[in-house]
Amino acid sequence: MKEETNLRIFGAVPREKAFYFFTSIGNYTGESATSLKEFVEKIKDVNVKSLQFHLYRGDFEKWTLEVLRDEELALEMRKLQRFNLAVDILRSQLYETVSKHLKHLENRMEPI
Amino acid sequence: MKLKNSSLTLDDMDLKILDALQQDAKQTYTAIGEQFGLAHSTVYDRIKRMEQHGIIKKYMAVIDAEKAGSKNITAIMTVYTDPKESEKVAENLCDAPEVLEVYTSLSEELLIMAKVVAENQESLHNFIANSVAPLPGVLRIRTSIVTKKFKETQFLIVNDPKKLTFIKEKHNKLGEIEQ
Repeated sequence: MKEETNLRIFGAVPREKAFYFFTSIGNYTGESATSLKEFVEKIKDVNVKSLQFHLYRGDFEKWTLEVLRDEELALEMRKLQRFNLAVDILRSQLYETVSKHLKHLENRMEPI
Repeated sequence: MKLKNSSLTLDDMDLKILDALQQDAKQTYTAIGEQFGLAHSTVYDRIKRMEQHGIIKKYMAVIDAEKAGSKNITAIMTVYTDPKESEKVAENLCDAPEVLEVYTSLSEELLIMAKVVAENQESLHNFIANSVAPLPGVLRIRTSIVTKKFKETQFLIVNDPKKLTFIKEKHNKLGEIEQ
């Protein structure tokens, strides 16, 4: 379990399974994330339109569940999706949620 | 006018035959010959020669997808790439059945333009997100979904300036080139 947690935070998923940030259908920003740690960093910087686009399509939930296999985070994403957050607070809410979850995972992490 | 293609030099008559075939590839050698005062055997020889040299690549039907009942959407995708990887990106796009045409262009940045078809917006997005964005060297992508098609024709070799004027006049008058 702990080994799996380590992988989830630091391990990079293959390129074809990375999360690619789009602002709308077919419009790729050039930003991608191959791990949860990188994902949190990208949330800080990526165009907010992209966060809005993916959150309400359920893409974050799908990626965290299917690629990172993180059911807890997927559930958090689903909750955020329901709130229909205003654009100005979307980024901060998303960042807070994912970074809090990341810290929680790091605390459970086995020392390398 | 003479055009050279590797070992084959095309003369005016070859160009006229190509032009005729592009208007209607189903017409007979005799019909083509009659237009230009040639025997059908001469037309046959010239066409075979152009086929052997790859000047005539293939004969195909141009289908009106809408009338054929297709509900597919078409999009024009612009892929900005790292110059070192652009060839590979273009080659990869060529292998995808969703991609109909691929071009490269050098403006301020090296970019690839491609015409893409998909069943719907969701499948278009999935294709781009899962098969194009992950290609090494892809920097960003802009995609425009086609909402209305105003013109779509096959390439025409125009070897007679008078004919070019005629086609333009006809196009302006009718809104489209008569087949």
